[in-house]
Amino acid sequence: MGFAFDLLLALALLWSAWRTLATPDIFRAVILFIVFGLLLTLVWSRLAAPDIALAEAAIGAGLTGALLLDAIGVLRGRKKS
Amino acid sequence: MKRFAVALLAALFAVALIAALLELPAPAVDLPAAVGAKMAESGIAHPVTAVLLNFRGYDTLLEIGVLLLALIVVLAVAAREEAKQPAVADPVLQTLARIAAPLMLLAAVYLLWAGAFRPGGAFQAGAVLAAAAVLLHLAGLAAAWQKPGKCLRIGLAAGFLVFLAVAAGLLVEGALLQYPPAWAGALILLIEATLTVSLGLILAGLFLFLS
Repeated sequence: MGFAFDLLLALALLWSAWRTLATPDIFRAVILFIVFGLLLTLVWSRLAAPDIALAEAAIGAGLTGALLLDAIGVLRGRKKS
Repeated sequence: MKRFAVALLAALFAVALIAALLELPAPAVDLPAAVGAKMAESGIAHPVTAVLLNFRGYDTLLEIGVLLLALIVVLAVAAREEAKQPAVADPVLQTLARIAAPLMLLAAVYLLWAGAFRPGGAFQAGAVLAAAAVLLHLAGLAAAWQKPGKCLRIGLAAGFLVFLAVAAGLLVEGALLQYPPAWAGALILLIEATLTVSLGLILAGLFLFLS
C-alpha cells in the first residue's frame, strides 16, 4: 500500500513538472507549478522530513505561487494598456 | 531527429545521475550522531532547530542578512509615486480572507512555539504570516505598501539586528554564537520570535512593495 502510494506520488510529481514546463498557457503553468509544490510537500513528508515539507508548502507553493500569479496580472495589465 | 537526440542525451544523463547516486561514498562524519551527542547543551529539544540556531547559527544569521538585502534591493528598484487602489475582489474571497487571517496568525504563533521541540520554527512561522498579509491584499482588504515608515523599517531589520546583537554579545564569552548552555533556550527563543516578525514583514514586503 505504502509502496503503491509512493510510486503514484513520484509519477504525479514528474508528470506535473513536465506539464508545468510544456504548457503554452502561462496561467495554467503557474497553477501547475503550485500543484507541483504541493505534491513535493507530500513527497518530503513521506521522506520523513516534515521541516522541509512545511517550508516547501509555505514558501515554495504558497508565496512563490502568489508572486508568479501577481506577475501574470502585471504582464496582462501592461498588454492591455 | 533532433528531438530523439535530445531524449537520448537526457536518458543518458538520468542513468549517469542514478549511477552516481548509487556510488555515493559513506559520509566521513556521522552528523546525526554528533548532533545527538550535543543535544543536551543546545537548549532546545528538536534537532533541526538546534542545528539551525545553535550549531550552525552563523549560516542562519547570514541567511536572514541575505533576505534583508533582497528586500532593500526591491525597495531601491520599485520606487513608486502614485498610490494604487486595491482591486475590488468578490465578497466570497473577502469573507474567506477575514476568517482565514486570524487563524493563520494563530498557526504562525503555534509554529514558532513548536519549533523548540518538533517541526516548525521561525522561517515557517514567518512564511505563514507573510501569506496572511498577501491574502488580505489579494482580497482587497489591505493596500499595497508604499515607502516604509519608521516602524516598518525597524520591524524589517529587527530580526537581523537582534541576531547580530546576540552574536556580538556572545563574543565576550569567546566565540561567535556559542551560547552558554544555561541561557541557550531563552536566547534562541528571543532570536526566533524577532526573526518570525521580521521574516513575515520581509516576505510580505517582497510581494506588497512590488504589487
